[in-house]
Amino acid sequence: MLRGVLEWLDDRTGVVTGVRHFLDEDIPASSGWHQVFGSIAMFGFLVQAVTGILLALNYAPTAGEAYYSLKYIVMEVTGGRLIRQLHHWGASLMIVIVALHMIQVFIWGGYKKPREATWIVGVVLLLMTLGYGLTGYLLPWDNRAYWGTVVATQIAASAPGAGPYIARLMGVVDGAIGSVTFARFYAIHVLLLPPATMALMLLHVFLVRRHGVAPLPGDEVLPKKKFYPGQVFKDTLAIFVYFAILYTLAVVARVPLERMADPTDTSYIPRPDWYFLFLFQLLKLFPGSLEMIGSIVLPTLAIIALFAAPFIDRSKMVMVRQRGFAMGLVLLAAAAWGSLTYAAVAGTPKSAHSEYDATLVEPWQHLTPKELLKPDAQAPDFAKLAARTYAKSGCTVCHVANGEGGKMGPPLNGIMFRRDRAWLEAHFIEPQKMVPGSTMPPYKFAPPEMAAMLDWLLKLPPD
Amino acid sequence: MLQGPDRRNFLVLAIQGLGAVIAGALGLPALSYLFAPPKAKNDVAWIEVADLAKLPAGEPAEIIFSHKRVDGWKVVTEKTSAWVVKTGETEAFALAPACTHLGCAYHWKHDSKEFTCPCHASSFSIDGKVQAGPAPRPLDRYESRVVNGKVQVGRVVASDGAGAGGGKA
Repeated sequence: MLRGVLEWLDDRTGVVTGVRHFLDEDIPASSGWHQVFGSIAMFGFLVQAVTGILLALNYAPTAGEAYYSLKYIVMEVTGGRLIRQLHHWGASLMIVIVALHMIQVFIWGGYKKPREATWIVGVVLLLMTLGYGLTGYLLPWDNRAYWGTVVATQIAASAPGAGPYIARLMGVVDGAIGSVTFARFYAIHVLLLPPATMALMLLHVFLVRRHGVAPLPGDEVLPKKKFYPGQVFKDTLAIFVYFAILYTLAVVARVPLERMADPTDTSYIPRPDWYFLFLFQLLKLFPGSLEMIGSIVLPTLAIIALFAAPFIDRSKMVMVRQRGFAMGLVLLAAAAWGSLTYAAVAGTPKSAHSEYDATLVEPWQHLTPKELLKPDAQAPDFAKLAARTYAKSGCTVCHVANGEGGKMGPPLNGIMFRRDRAWLEAHFIEPQKMVPGSTMPPYKFAPPEMAAMLDWLLKLPPD
Repeated sequence: MLQGPDRRNFLVLAIQGLGAVIAGALGLPALSYLFAPPKAKNDVAWIEVADLAKLPAGEPAEIIFSHKRVDGWKVVTEKTSAWVVKTGETEAFALAPACTHLGCAYHWKHDSKEFTCPCHASSFSIDGKVQAGPAPRPLDRYESRVVNGKVQVGRVVASDGAGAGGGKA
């Protein structure tokens, strides 16, 4: 039955013969485990496409609403957190695998004549992968997304000559990003890049087939192997290992959703995603007027060098063991990248912002002080004790908490981003010492009440 | 170490097996993402829609009121309507405004004393029973109660008991 259907399909379309022909490819005797990375990258793209489409089915692509729809996906849609985290970690692993693929091809000398075009298309695909990362970073529309993108667009806008035009293309008006930038990044991420990626991937694979998998010197005299099933098995097993790592990350490593993008937040320390951290750190090495070297000149030179690699190195294929210079170059680049990234990570102070996760806020954190006083309130004991202390001390006369209370003093929601625990405690005891001219009376709470008040205040979510 | 056809069969089987595991691990969450209902956001509140004393007897009254509806990531306040029928000095019921055939809005015909749907000519008696046309079941009703002379409505319950037909009130 199935055979009959396949025969009919093949007779009318030729698709079965086509697949068979594709799988029957002759590959060099030296092919093996070192050549699995390209297949993994294709698989990684497929996972991003599937999870991306799933996310888009529940996502509102406008600044502001994007945040609430993502929160809905993570907190309410069944499997939503897993899908989002697969997409998030999939993006990171994509960068890793594309880099490994390039490193392998580079060390083995696979970019050499006649495979220059294959390499160049590959470099474009690398840049497009980074483009996905840059545009996708904005789409959660939380503080991390907003501020990271502000910095990225400012860097692009500082490019000599083209800067203002790039800024206009990205919808940046007077250095500010908003709805227009969001719409452009979303359109690039889901409308422009995916079809372009697919077309270039096809071209890339076509070129690999046209020139054959890169052999090692001496391979010519050895009998060829078949792509299927030997190499396909290696590819599949490698893909499986990749998928297992991705899945584990998606299940175990929580991706936070910070507070919604707030252009007025002056306490936020912007950070790009980990793979751009080295660039971020590089800027610190070029202070003042030299900044352009780090932000524009060096990255541009690096990209040009990647494109030009097959034309700079025109020597014949040699054994991998003899490619000491290539390996040295890779090691040097890895060391530079690694140390810059490490310095950036080590130099990032922990902040309440990066610790906050809107998807972990529990319903009781939204209860007003009065609601917390009700005997049947579903809240931890410290919150109830805090509410009693809060009522007894008359705090509500001057302060708003979860929409309840006076407006004379500062609102208390989101105070976790503005003050730390020690500051708040000192302020309770001696307000005027911490804020000169403050009209708040001192409160010397007993230790349990003080602890409860501080715990509860630091749990009041931002509006 | 396997050789020849055995080795080939093993490799093909392994490729298919690993592929199936991956497809399952991605496919099952995708299916639950698409088909499992999202976690409920909040309980349905009773909404006061009419003063029982002011309702006519023996005639349904179309009442328009606003209610909150969970719409994905938002809770929207929107207008909806109910046909409220007074059945006694302390009793009333409320019909959901959508025809049970394909969801068109039906209306009350004074002369023939029945509800008719303009789409495919289903008609219903005042208590919602199907009189004619393609409607598969009686009109759906809101959960309702009378408190201090006011009619209150809650959620829509499908008349065949198969869950809410017209969304939540």
